[in-house]
Amino acid sequence: MRKRPQIGVSFPRIDGRSKVTGREKYAADYFDGDFVWAGVKRSEQPHARLLGIETEKARKLPGVLAVLTYQDITGTNRQGYVRKDQPVLVDDKVRRYGDALALILAEDRSVLKQAQSLIEVRLEPLPAVFTVEEALADGAPLVHEDNAHGNILSDISVQKGMGAAAMESCAVTIGHSFDLPRQEHAYLETECGWAHVSESGQLVIVASTQSPFRDRTEVAFALGLEPERIRVIAPYLGGAFGGKDGVTVQDLLALAALNSGGRPVKMWWDREESFLAGVKRLSGRVCYRLGTDAEGAFHALECTIDLDNGPYEHLGGEILALAVEHAGGPYRIPHTYIRGRCVYTNNPAGGPFRGFGAPQVSAAMEQMVDMLAAQLNLNPLEIRTRNAVRQGDRNCLGVTLTQSTGAMDCLERLSRHPLWMERAEWKKGAGSWKRRGVGIACLAHGSGYGPIVPDYANASIELTSKGAFRITCGVSDMGQGNASTYLQIGGYLLNQECDGLELILPDTERTLPSCSSAAGRTTYTYANALIGAATALKQRIYEKASDLLMAGSTADFELLPGLVRHLPTGRDVPLSALATNMAPTERVSVHHWRAPVCREPVNAKSNTTLFGLPHILFSYAAHLAYVEVDELTGRMEVVRYLAVTDSGRVINPQVYEQQIQGGIVQGIGYGLYEDYKVENGRSGTPDLSTYLAPTALDAPDMESITVELHEPTGPFGLKGVGEIAISGPLPAAANALADACGIRIKRAPFTPERVLAALNLKKDNPF
Amino acid sequence: MEITFTLNGKRMTVETPPDRRVVDLLREDLGLTGAKECCGSGECGSCTILVDGSSRLSCLMLAAQLEHRNVVTVEGLAADETLHPIQEAFIQGGAIQCGYCTPGLVMATADLLKRNPRPSRTEIREGLSGNLCRCTGYQKIVDAVELAAARLQGDGK
Repeated sequence: MRKRPQIGVSFPRIDGRSKVTGREKYAADYFDGDFVWAGVKRSEQPHARLLGIETEKARKLPGVLAVLTYQDITGTNRQGYVRKDQPVLVDDKVRRYGDALALILAEDRSVLKQAQSLIEVRLEPLPAVFTVEEALADGAPLVHEDNAHGNILSDISVQKGMGAAAMESCAVTIGHSFDLPRQEHAYLETECGWAHVSESGQLVIVASTQSPFRDRTEVAFALGLEPERIRVIAPYLGGAFGGKDGVTVQDLLALAALNSGGRPVKMWWDREESFLAGVKRLSGRVCYRLGTDAEGAFHALECTIDLDNGPYEHLGGEILALAVEHAGGPYRIPHTYIRGRCVYTNNPAGGPFRGFGAPQVSAAMEQMVDMLAAQLNLNPLEIRTRNAVRQGDRNCLGVTLTQSTGAMDCLERLSRHPLWMERAEWKKGAGSWKRRGVGIACLAHGSGYGPIVPDYANASIELTSKGAFRITCGVSDMGQGNASTYLQIGGYLLNQECDGLELILPDTERTLPSCSSAAGRTTYTYANALIGAATALKQRIYEKASDLLMAGSTADFELLPGLVRHLPTGRDVPLSALATNMAPTERVSVHHWRAPVCREPVNAKSNTTLFGLPHILFSYAAHLAYVEVDELTGRMEVVRYLAVTDSGRVINPQVYEQQIQGGIVQGIGYGLYEDYKVENGRSGTPDLSTYLAPTALDAPDMESITVELHEPTGPFGLKGVGEIAISGPLPAAANALADACGIRIKRAPFTPERVLAALNLKKDNPF
Repeated sequence: MEITFTLNGKRMTVETPPDRRVVDLLREDLGLTGAKECCGSGECGSCTILVDGSSRLSCLMLAAQLEHRNVVTVEGLAADETLHPIQEAFIQGGAIQCGYCTPGLVMATADLLKRNPRPSRTEIREGLSGNLCRCTGYQKIVDAVELAAARLQGDGK
């Protein structure tokens, strides 16, 4: 492809061709050599003490190479982020359906299945906790006896101004609570990987992972290995959305590879195992009170957030922190009191999912805003523009918004859009037994890691001996296209066409340590590092060229595709020739970049170190949904959708739109269809036939508009865009449903059954 | 048993258990990993291939069913190093993100456009409703199929 990349101009993804021809090799696509299948014997009880595991029968089955238990692990046998509370293989007790009890190595998958049924596990059932209420009750069974706070993983409270006391001085107050479902990532590539021990003794793990560098440390800690012995490679992922941020198969694969007699090992969870053992968006209940003055200016907010974390930590405390931080939405509220608890239960494990804790609270806050507007006789846009934050305002934590703040710009653009202006006319066009409604939502989303955990990236660019530029990137591309964007930026900065650019995907041996592909910081942080590396390398190239041409100074040089030119004389030096005059170490430029953090104090209390808040940088959005409701069936459908987004300057419009559109439809799934049901800890939606992710028929045509405010700390003015869109559709659709039918359903998703029940209730009780 | 069939234009005979799933035969035994497995039960369309020109789910087919059939996988949709207009349209239209659903969608599109060369957007959505995509929100996929249809009809886009 002979094209010079520009900033702000769509640039075809470099992975397009290999993916569309089926040649791209994902972690799931390795079947090389004399490999062995590894699989897991999982628990069929939610909470039980382990008394013993009999593996003898399974071991004797022809085709079985090994059956391993916790006794075969020499390390800590613990994995996790902040609290390392999950055993790789259960050694004390089972804490959920699907906990890993034994690891089997077998010649093929049918032997693996047979062996699973031959393992006898002796368990002593324990009373379990399946709801937040049960977990918090006095004398509740403890999920982790060693946790100093009982079943509470995280307990955060924040007060701003007079807190809840200010509710008394409001002219109007309302209070409602909302229940939010568990959401399953349902990435198409289930958790998988491939591992082997090389001849030199190195443990090589190829995995579908968002966090190769942290994985290496985690595997080393759990299995008692030196991190240097472990190499993690992350090919393009077949989707992740947060669910592969951290260890899934990695520890098990590593353990298997250490016990396979030198043969490579493959592990690939099937869909049911992925649903059973993978993490979900945390379900929860949020209770709100919101009050305004007589003119509709928000005065006080009181909010409690209870999240069901499941049994293992998987960043539950940080997810809660994000929920607390986003509870007040993109609004000025002088007095707030927000309390959140994230609670251990024996339900399926919760964990990171696009949006982190923000979708749960945006769902509630944006409905509260509409309900207050109705009470005050204001239209939904008016109440939002009266209260939306501007730069310099303080958010609901009391933290000053020092960076670009586009909430008002988004609302203003939405107000001028035909979908908003012509909404009344559209509503009139509803057919018989149909109702139409229009709803909006306004959003903020913080990016990066908060004030404590360093959010950094290391970029390196090498001028190869052949005169190409090789960019190494240690940040996984889970589908969002960041790898292409890095190449686009590198090509732009160095003024090279695509055929002069190479990319090395994440590999702990070939790329430099960087934080994971997550938190809306993937391009923000890495691209800042890349700019530093490219700028330094360019300067070095000019120095070398100047020496070579005896030009006397480095001024007046310019990089052109494949060469460097001295402009005043028109003399060119091919980059390949220049490279031969440079030592290999000179041809590599490395730059470390660490994201800025907010140092402003927050009036917060927390039972543990508060890693997750506050953020310094936020993206903003205003969403609008056209919804049609079938009065006979209760089916509601989002038929048109508009997203206006401030995520700074856009580098690649096509890739940017992909993030917005994908986020919207995942958000529509969250609001209308998706509910990972659990009863007494057991999944009621174990596969894709029972768990309904949106199909092409459930997705509307969407329009995306961007408010390109320049963010000074961002590379080329960019902010994160990957997450914000998922928070809008649920409340926008709920507000549209209220607009269409005058009903509000406090429990998502808004299934036809629930809509119909609410419609019938309203018919029976018209007043 | 021995099974003889045509795969991506080449006639071949393979020795395989008759109950071997076609998706395993292709991916594991023959190294054609373009067809992806995602659900293993016919709910997602990721493993779609063409059998005698019609789209089929390779996770629901057994090897014995391929006897004397003509099988095309995404690797064989276009001749070596060229792209089928559908593949070109998917790249150009930005219909690819993680790409794990892409081969299945491309094959389902090939079947759809053969049956209905000028589908409306709704017909495209219906035609592809058996293929899950978790990244794109489908809009750019619908755009790409429209673009491919126009090109295959010689509309000069």
